[in-house]
Amino acid sequence: MAVSVDEAVSTGPARDHTAPARRPGGRGRSVLEVALLTVLAVVMLFPVLWMIETSIKENRDVYAIPAKLFDFTVTLEHYKDVFVASDGGRSALSVSFLNSVVVAGASTVLATVLGVPAAWAYSRFAVKAKKDQLFFILSTRFMPPVVVVIPIFLMYRQVGLIDNKLGLILIYTAFNVPFTIWMMKGFVDEVPAEYEDAAMLDGYTRLQAFWRYTLPLLVPGIAATAVFALIFSWNEFVFATFLTSSDSVRTAPPAIAGLIGGTTTDWGLVAAASVVFALPVLVFAYLVRKHLIAGVTLGAVRR
Amino acid sequence: MSEPVPLTTDHPGQVASATPPAPGRSRRLSDRWLAVTFISPAMLLLLAMSVFPLLWALYLSFTDYSATRGGPANFIGFGNYTAILTSAQVHTRALTTLIYVVGAVGLQTVLGFGIAYLISRRTHGRGVLTTLFLVPMMLSPVVVGLFWRFMLDAQFGVVNSMLGSIGLGQVEWLTRQRTALLSLIVVDTWQWTPFIMLIALAGLTAVPKYLYEAASIDRASEWFRFRTITLPLVWPLLLIAVMFRAIEAFRLFDLVYILTNGGPGVSTETLSFHIYKVAFLGFNTGTASAYGILMVLVVIVLTQFYLRYLNKLKEG
Repeated sequence: MAVSVDEAVSTGPARDHTAPARRPGGRGRSVLEVALLTVLAVVMLFPVLWMIETSIKENRDVYAIPAKLFDFTVTLEHYKDVFVASDGGRSALSVSFLNSVVVAGASTVLATVLGVPAAWAYSRFAVKAKKDQLFFILSTRFMPPVVVVIPIFLMYRQVGLIDNKLGLILIYTAFNVPFTIWMMKGFVDEVPAEYEDAAMLDGYTRLQAFWRYTLPLLVPGIAATAVFALIFSWNEFVFATFLTSSDSVRTAPPAIAGLIGGTTTDWGLVAAASVVFALPVLVFAYLVRKHLIAGVTLGAVRR
Repeated sequence: MSEPVPLTTDHPGQVASATPPAPGRSRRLSDRWLAVTFISPAMLLLLAMSVFPLLWALYLSFTDYSATRGGPANFIGFGNYTAILTSAQVHTRALTTLIYVVGAVGLQTVLGFGIAYLISRRTHGRGVLTTLFLVPMMLSPVVVGLFWRFMLDAQFGVVNSMLGSIGLGQVEWLTRQRTALLSLIVVDTWQWTPFIMLIALAGLTAVPKYLYEAASIDRASEWFRFRTITLPLVWPLLLIAVMFRAIEAFRLFDLVYILTNGGPGVSTETLSFHIYKVAFLGFNTGTASAYGILMVLVVIVLTQFYLRYLNKLKEG
């Protein structure tokens, strides 16, 4: 996105001047394009706005037929319900949010600790069959979760990791390590190896050179990579729903999905819980917007 | 007085000339040691959590093991595989998955590229526009699935409400066979169009401006410029995005699980969802494993195509 903003600034004026001069129909077309973009933007954003609106609507407005777009009564009841149980204690949802923080946080830290050194090693050293190893690593990330979860379920049942946060942390780490390695390798490649060579001429060992010279330069990259790993773990649903069951272990995605289990669904609560759940992701995604392309393609595409 | 000066300069020189081979060798040795210690923990985790489970699934796929019945797993050879490959049920799911993948990824590509093209032609507010368009992509499939389920509700859903206000009839989006699969495609398209858009936009902004200038000097038509300059230059990157999305769409499970739960009937059951039913509702662990292994094979082939292409693009 940084690219697009820069381009807009540098080439903007030139186009502005030439386009209308050459083509008389240019302005009409431009208006049409803006209108089209606006319509598309409204369509894309409407569900999100509707979700926010539903989360602050009184229940009878939520189920109004036809749907009320503007004149509804505002309430914060649904948000209260997300965090506070009907008996005044902590709600099951708020516990699941806390579990999500623990699981996503721990798995991100682990994936970073394991992935960053590996990425550095792949970038700097002549490793045997490097390309094949890197391909293999990324391939593991493409495995269908539903297929992987069957043997993982049996494996965890043997060692008592079913319905256990550690089990989720381990599987999320395994799913984030390939991403971390691919993403970080790109960042390490951008730091000239000569920095380390120079440090080694000064008498540092390779490890010290990495620690003192390369690692500090990688910090922004590590932060961006960790944010993506955090988002992936936070949003993950399949493993969470099949490997956990009790309220004290369950993460937020299956807990929110569980809200629609019964005969009636409190859609206001679902909306409020979804907003609370999605908000941190959007904030984090905004922080790493410069690396979004690399992030969403698992580090495969860099521009 | 002249003696100490050459001594001090000579001394380190001598040491240096005598020692290079030794640190050189130990450095190479320690480099290899360092590479191994840095890579192996990550590799071991992947072997334990990804490769070992798949090997276990491969073993189970040749047996009649059931996770609930317990008891010993009897070896039944390729029985599970032939059963799956000849099953009409599986063929139906494969067709559903194919329709879904082609429909959703096709729509996303056209829409995503279209939006990217429109944005790239704007001079102001590109950053804001891009950011707004990207929101759906960052949401969890749980949130997306639940929310669209609410919006597509036949009675109080906002979509039918809007259709009603412009004089159109009500549609039972999620409870009719045809429309349920269509709804699934629409929701997936809503979520993932931004993905294609993001990558297409990167490609579009990377097209050198002088090419367009040269073309406009030649008085080339807009369509000609698009066809001969824009599309060929953006296509390689766009293909990466399309292949990536196709692999992801092929594995789709969570959106189906939440939006339609496979129904009505089996009209929205994808292959992933069917595996889930065989494994966790039918408890035919052996059959489900064989089913899963077949799916993994397809994914591996697709991933290899994707990675080879990616590699070619990077080197070229």
